[in-house]
Amino acid sequence: MNPEQDNLPVVGSETVTLPSVRIFGVGNGGAALLAALCPTEFAGAQFAAVNTDAVALAASSAPVKINLESKLMRGLGSGGDPDRGRALAEEQFSTLKNACDGANVVFILAGLGGGAGSGISPVLAKAAREAGALVLAFVTLPFDCEGNRRESQAHAALEHLKHAADGVICLPSQKIFKLIDENTSFVETFNFTDGFLVEGVRGVWSMLNRPGLIQVHFADLCALIRDRHAENAFAFVEASGPGRAREAVEKILAHPLLDEGRALAESDAVLVSLTAGKDLSMAEVNRVMESVKRQCCHAQIIMGAGVDAALKDKLCVTVIAAKQNAAPTSVTPRTETRTANPATTTQRDVVLPRTGSRARKAGVKAVQGQLPLNIVSKGRFDKSEPTKHNGEDLDVPTFLRRGVPLN
Amino acid sequence: MFDDSNIIAGLEIGTSKICVVVGEHNADGGLNIIGLGQSRSRGVRKGEIINPEQVEEDLRAAMFEAEQMANVEIRSVFVGVSGGHIRGFNNRGVHPVVSADREISQDDLDDVVKNAKAINLPAENTVIHAVRQHFFVDGQDGVTNPVGMLGARLEVDMHVIHGHANRLQNVVRLVRATSLDVNEIVFNGIASSLALLSNEQKELGALVVDIGGGTTEFVVYYDGVIRHSGVLAVGGDHVSNDLAYGLKVPLSRAEKLKVEYGSALITEAAKGQTISINNDLGLELKRVNVEHLQRIMSLRLEEIFQLIAQELEGVGLTDYLRAGVFLCGGGSRVPGIVQLAENVFQMNVAPGHATAISGLTTALDQPEFATAIGLVKFGSLKNRKRNELPFYKKGIFGRFLQQS
Repeated sequence: MNPEQDNLPVVGSETVTLPSVRIFGVGNGGAALLAALCPTEFAGAQFAAVNTDAVALAASSAPVKINLESKLMRGLGSGGDPDRGRALAEEQFSTLKNACDGANVVFILAGLGGGAGSGISPVLAKAAREAGALVLAFVTLPFDCEGNRRESQAHAALEHLKHAADGVICLPSQKIFKLIDENTSFVETFNFTDGFLVEGVRGVWSMLNRPGLIQVHFADLCALIRDRHAENAFAFVEASGPGRAREAVEKILAHPLLDEGRALAESDAVLVSLTAGKDLSMAEVNRVMESVKRQCCHAQIIMGAGVDAALKDKLCVTVIAAKQNAAPTSVTPRTETRTANPATTTQRDVVLPRTGSRARKAGVKAVQGQLPLNIVSKGRFDKSEPTKHNGEDLDVPTFLRRGVPLN
Repeated sequence: MFDDSNIIAGLEIGTSKICVVVGEHNADGGLNIIGLGQSRSRGVRKGEIINPEQVEEDLRAAMFEAEQMANVEIRSVFVGVSGGHIRGFNNRGVHPVVSADREISQDDLDDVVKNAKAINLPAENTVIHAVRQHFFVDGQDGVTNPVGMLGARLEVDMHVIHGHANRLQNVVRLVRATSLDVNEIVFNGIASSLALLSNEQKELGALVVDIGGGTTEFVVYYDGVIRHSGVLAVGGDHVSNDLAYGLKVPLSRAEKLKVEYGSALITEAAKGQTISINNDLGLELKRVNVEHLQRIMSLRLEEIFQLIAQELEGVGLTDYLRAGVFLCGGGSRVPGIVQLAENVFQMNVAPGHATAISGLTTALDQPEFATAIGLVKFGSLKNRKRNELPFYKKGIFGRFLQQS
């Protein structure tokens, strides 16, 4: 299924064709996400909950429970401090690694911002990679109203996670506000957010597991989201009936997580995966792809299509749009320097070889902000209305836009 | 001299020059060009007015010259308009024929044309031209006049050219301010193609590209009717600007270099050749590589043609241009531009000549005047139509009827 599968340990006979997948829910948020996933849909995947809070863990329905509680914290959990969460996780690194043993793919579900999710997830990602699995993290960022401490913790954790995992798909909860009714209850809102993330997990799952006419490999997915994840946007839409292709396109273009299609226009890599019943027609695939292409003419597009008889007349489309992260400095808050104690530095050193040395430097060193490189003056057209043609500014000399050298 | 009913004047307010052409109907009903006036334009950029006062001054100068030359007083003009805001597209109108005998009447025809004009334009836009292409009677294609035919369903294809109302109104107001009447505003591209194309070429299919100072207009004719039109707000000014930027010389110098050494293709002679730019005392300031100059120019002009070719490809008209491509405007003077256009379009390209009008031969041979001459031709066609109207529709009352 994925090219690296041959090198990985294979567990059980049913994983000959499918990668063995473990889904971890980390922290309270992760546990809630795990509960929202319907186990029947993810046949073949193993679920595990990881937490520092024994009481919360007991309430979880996951078959495997990993309690990181230790004497170190005197049974008080991480107390909302990611450093404590990380310390606990590192203390029991081998436990985590054993839990990942034999998996080809590890999904980490977590709500960032608290102690457990933010602290444990990066360590778990690292452990899973050391165990030989590819790691994909699905995380939520806190609502703005949860306070700036949680927000900065979440952003710091996201940075760590980006270095540790192969891919991070993150859902800023604040975007959900646009979708919900004023009278939606607090609990419902969180369920709603979880629902979105679960949709994303389901989309990726089906992309990787359903027999594909045009297969999307896990490597494709990782290549797409690696080093870009700051602005990953994803959408999962379903449509059925005779006009399902058009309906799906409309839903994608109106999807709030894609900023009504704007995220597509700004992205530089887009992955589109279509799954439908046996009656999936070429015209439908074409229709969806054409409209996506029109939205993002500059992006690299990876496309996959698969057939699943169980879907009957439903058409599911998963879109992941990744924007090149031009300004990593903005999401490297001060907490980063505070946590840059010897322990984390070593952790990074172990984790980073797969992301390249440049990323490591950016993470550790304070990077000076840069002004946009825009020295091309438009001469006499400086103040006139720009002549735009398919997004190109025709007032800029042609030889500059085409990069023709004059020597 | 005092009977000016035969006098038709065309006015083009271009980015680089303002041009007035005066024409007169001769005894045989033909059209003679009798006067021409031009002045440098300073208040226009990319085909749109940015400084009305300066434009008015330049306009008066050009008018004065034309009036002197033709020895007439110009009271009204046909004004050409351009600018990046102008767009053309095709629209279809449908009308069911409801009369008992299924015969299509003039009323049906008027209705279907009205339906085709009723289009969803942005609120601030207004229609400049709505040209009938062909009628369809019950799906039968290519009907030019359906009145008197039998049918249940009448359709018409129209080519609609529209633009930003306020910007178009700016031009009209400015001309009115010089106590001239505006007969009508005409899209520059249509005017140019009227001047350049014969009816046969319109039948065969032809593309007219008018490369002006600030804008490039293009119009496609096929089967005798206009099929596509558009404006690119890119022109000779952009070439100069590119040169100024690329060669690091002042804009005025770039302009001169363009005229003197410019070429649409890189010539063999230019390879390795440099020219020195001297100051007033004859001291060398800078050396400029001619090959670079021509490369910058070539890339820009090539891009203009490529954008047009892409657009025509998009609407599927490339294969219908059997008469080829015709160039006019100041840009068509660039050496090698015909060759460049042939390379891009892969078809016959010819510099356009204002045919079908007699008179000042020297003026007619200049590609810059094609638009203004076309405006006069447009005016003469309009006048002829008016003269053909029945007696009671003539005069002020008639004009009112026509408009209503």
